[in-house]
Amino acid sequence: MVDIIINFLKIVIVFSLLMLCVSIMTWVERRLSAVIQYRLGPNRVGPFGLFQPIADGVKFLQKEDIIPAEAHKLFYVLAPALAVIPALCAFAVIPFGPTVTILGKQIGLVILDLDGGLLWAFASTGLGVYALVLAGWSSNSKFSLIGGLRSSAQMISYELPMALSVVSVVLVSGTLRPTQIVVQQAGSFLHWNIFGGGFQLLGFILFTVAGYAETNRNPFDLPEAEGELVAGYHTEYSGMRFAAFFMAEYINMMTSSALGITLFLGGWQLGLPARWLPEPGWLLWGAQILAFVVKMAFFQFLFVWVRWTLPRFRYDQLMNLGWKGLLPLSLANLAVTAILVVYGVVGH
Amino acid sequence: MIDPRLVLVLSAVLLSLGVVGVLTRRGAISILMCVELMLNAGNLAFITFARINGGPEAQIFVFFVMTLAAAEAAAGLAIVIALFRLRGTTDVDEINLLKW
Amino acid sequence: MELIAFFVLALLLIASALVVITNRNPVTSAVALAFNLVAIAGLYMVLDAQFIGLLQVIVYAGAIMVLILFVIMLLNLREEARAHPVGTFQRILAPVTTLLFAIVIGRAVWLSAPSSFPEKTEGFGTAASLGKELFTRFYYPFEAISLLLIVAMIGAVLLAKRKVS
Repeated sequence: MVDIIINFLKIVIVFSLLMLCVSIMTWVERRLSAVIQYRLGPNRVGPFGLFQPIADGVKFLQKEDIIPAEAHKLFYVLAPALAVIPALCAFAVIPFGPTVTILGKQIGLVILDLDGGLLWAFASTGLGVYALVLAGWSSNSKFSLIGGLRSSAQMISYELPMALSVVSVVLVSGTLRPTQIVVQQAGSFLHWNIFGGGFQLLGFILFTVAGYAETNRNPFDLPEAEGELVAGYHTEYSGMRFAAFFMAEYINMMTSSALGITLFLGGWQLGLPARWLPEPGWLLWGAQILAFVVKMAFFQFLFVWVRWTLPRFRYDQLMNLGWKGLLPLSLANLAVTAILVVYGVVGH
Repeated sequence: MIDPRLVLVLSAVLLSLGVVGVLTRRGAISILMCVELMLNAGNLAFITFARINGGPEAQIFVFFVMTLAAAEAAAGLAIVIALFRLRGTTDVDEINLLKW
Repeated sequence: MELIAFFVLALLLIASALVVITNRNPVTSAVALAFNLVAIAGLYMVLDAQFIGLLQVIVYAGAIMVLILFVIMLLNLREEARAHPVGTFQRILAPVTTLLFAIVIGRAVWLSAPSSFPEKTEGFGTAASLGKELFTRFYYPFEAISLLLIVAMIGAVLLAKRKVS
């Protein structure tokens, strides 16, 4: 019974924090893009424009609810929900802190400590394709359909290099459980999987690039490009439904970064050798949770930075990069990692 | 706890629904989808028996069936596309060129 | 607890299967089938086969169904025509035959299983146990099926290719 309450609390806390981070991200995106583009950005609504997300939320809520006349109503309404739910579910297996002891009870700071946790993350991101396809098809508009098909083709193409780079990490760690993968990266930051722990630098780069393509972010955001496809699969959406797609994109960004951090950058590990760490207590645990948050913040900054710096790929360039560039590289990475594991250079 | 016989009856119901679908539907892709339904009913029975007997053999079988279903779906859909290009329809009642 | 999960999933299963076999719009059938597959994956997880359950979502619901949806949209399939004028006799006969079929097979499986599950063996359904068997006892089928996948891929590409005149 107590376990059920603890799990429920974990879910509520993680969900609210994720939603809060989404609204913070909208603010960060607009201010950071303004800094990059040498302009001001929103600064009227509250100090430094900090209440801008609230204004955005109110704006979305009070818009008229339009459904195109010939649209397929059921899927039109279902698609935004189908976008948000898998994005949120994927976050369930990610450990955002060590095993804390509250009131004498050991609680692992992860919602679902599955034996095949990484497979759960992939299953959830794989289910996210349906929202794109259904949104594009049900809107009954040329731009939406083409945008939806392109977008989902891009997502499933880049799932392969992502999965293969994750498989290389699984080879090194010998387990599919994210909590275990993070625990194995203890010690100084040289023990992280990206550095000496697994030599997965190429894998990390492949994972990040594939992550950008998975979340439809620039430079892979052709399906949402204004000049090419109006707004791709969410052309015909307005108001709260559009906000749902928006939220789903940001949550996907956070899930992808969280996965990358867990697999390659040591998750909640501080990156300091064990003898420099304080005693297990709330000082250490708070610092480790903070380390996770800082790493996530860095990844989000990277997402925004890359978006506003690079031009976008043309669709055929995008598909070429995925199939002819990233996939062979990830296979090579897998082969090299396998050889390293067999000869005992890395591996647990 | 769950009665394994209930799960097996569920898979039997799923199988019969799939059979009716294959016999009733007219579109080639819909028939393929009902075949997938039947395959999944079989997989469900396999996993139930795996849980009863406790070994990994039945799960490996399910693994192979899943892979086979993927290959079969891909090849079947390619055939449907080629057929559509030829006849302009996927209605299986219209694909009767070899009829005497 | 597991009983509630089982009944909810079983209900979802049968409801989505009915939608798959009756709905005339192929896209609705496809999405209903995707729900069905996720519900079956849920049943696998209730039965402690975690690896197979997650694999079911990744392979079946995440790849095969997306492929089917793509093809339906590519061919721009409209609502399917109803079967030939269905008379009252057939309207009654079809559900009755389904029921009889289900009863026959249901009775067969009812007699073949015990009435409760035994205790879960250690490491049942984990990736490690399956992987161990797959790469030692079932090594040849494993290699054969990867060959089969390549053949299927080549076949699909060749069959669906547009003839370049």
